[in-house]
Amino acid sequence: MNSNEEIPQGHDERRTFLKILLSGGLIALGGSILYPILAYLKPPKQGEVEVTSVKAGKLSELEKDSGKIVKFGTKPVILIRTANNELRAFSATCTHLECTVQYKKDLGLIWCACHNGKYDLNGRNVSGPPPRPLDEYRVVVQGEEVLISKKV
Amino acid sequence: MNERVELDDLVDFMGKKYVPQHSHSVWYYFGGVSLFLFIIQVVTGILLLLYYKSGEDLSFESIQFIMSKVQFGWLIRSIHSWTANLFILSAMVHMFSVYFGKAYRKPREVTWLTGMLMFFLALAFGFSGYLLPWNELAFFATKVGTDIAGVVPFIGKPIMQLLRSGEDVTGATLSRFFGFHVAVFPGIFTVLLGIHLLLVQRQGMSEPLGAGDDVKSDQKRMPFFPNFMLRDLLLWLIVLNLIAILAVFFPWELGKKADAFAPAPAGIKPEWYFLFMFQTLKYIPGKLWIFDGEVFGIMLFGLAGLLWMLIPFWDRKSSRGEQTRFINYIGLFVIMYIMIFTIIGWLA
Repeated sequence: MNSNEEIPQGHDERRTFLKILLSGGLIALGGSILYPILAYLKPPKQGEVEVTSVKAGKLSELEKDSGKIVKFGTKPVILIRTANNELRAFSATCTHLECTVQYKKDLGLIWCACHNGKYDLNGRNVSGPPPRPLDEYRVVVQGEEVLISKKV
Repeated sequence: MNERVELDDLVDFMGKKYVPQHSHSVWYYFGGVSLFLFIIQVVTGILLLLYYKSGEDLSFESIQFIMSKVQFGWLIRSIHSWTANLFILSAMVHMFSVYFGKAYRKPREVTWLTGMLMFFLALAFGFSGYLLPWNELAFFATKVGTDIAGVVPFIGKPIMQLLRSGEDVTGATLSRFFGFHVAVFPGIFTVLLGIHLLLVQRQGMSEPLGAGDDVKSDQKRMPFFPNFMLRDLLLWLIVLNLIAILAVFFPWELGKKADAFAPAPAGIKPEWYFLFMFQTLKYIPGKLWIFDGEVFGIMLFGLAGLLWMLIPFWDRKSSRGEQTRFINYIGLFVIMYIMIFTIIGWLA
């Protein structure tokens, strides 16, 4: 710019004003594009029926010293009939990285195949990487039917 | 023809490009091989897309259909799976050769950066593609993998939900991974690849640190076009044959269909390129000081990856053209660590 040229008064204010207007407009534009996209990516909550208890089949179908996975709403629960003929149920989702656990007969333990995590038959994490015990569920036998419910 | 599109400039440019020749020249081929494998992935991927259907009740069945009913469907799918693995292997070799040659040093920082981003994308390609057959192994691999993202403090949970499209790995996750695998990742990858190749063309090939001064003479370099390119093409042909042999004699298995209510199968393992991290996670105890063991392990790997990616910006010595043993020791340690833990994981 020529140094002799006179800068009209108020030039700087107008420039700042335009800067704010323009950058504000751009931020608003960016926001109004990004917000709907981010919101779109978040899956909508779907109404789920809260399950508090499920039928886990007949007692005679579960052998002594064995376990099986039972659907508890959308989550897996492991039902175990111990060698001493006790029934126990735990969340089957490993507390380490969410694999589904299984009853390991030869060890008499609950075992996760993914990272070799082990829980005893009280659901306590006894070996390997799991940081927390498995949540316990209540088991009731009504006649022949085994019922599993959430502990309150 | 020349009048219309002015080929002269291009021919002139290609004629000026040379590939340095020295005892480590063989490593120059792995970038080209990786590129070739990527092209195979694009072609076979598009072919698979013509029959693949995404969905809890469709994915497994549609791949069964491709493998058993579609003519040469087994071949296309096997090639896609095999090439995916070879691509990661070849990119790894390429990455380590660039690392030890310090080719990331000034002025090629951005080439290294785009390369590393493409490498991480390749792993993401592998991870997302692994789920698409919706089989048992893929289901648990995805559960574990996305849960790992979830343990990162603060941002982890939202990212996990974003990846899974909800709290659990379901059909919604499958749709999302499909979208990532065939649209989002290829788009980003293509842009990065464009920058990467453009920079290689503009800046020419890097020479290993220390070998720089004596390769300027004509005897010790080879014209890129046609000499090096023909060698490249010959190697591509050999690689194509290797893939054909692997795909025909060791066809990729489909396994059992995923069941959200079956326990994780014994002997479950991730793909080999995640094995060293998987094996490490097995050894870290549940609680480490105040951290959950897994959080600690994952943060450590994340940090290591970040430092590795940013090496051109902290290894100032190489950029000044000085030799650094320290960087070589780090590289050797990383290779040894990956190899040892991969082997242990593989044998276990």
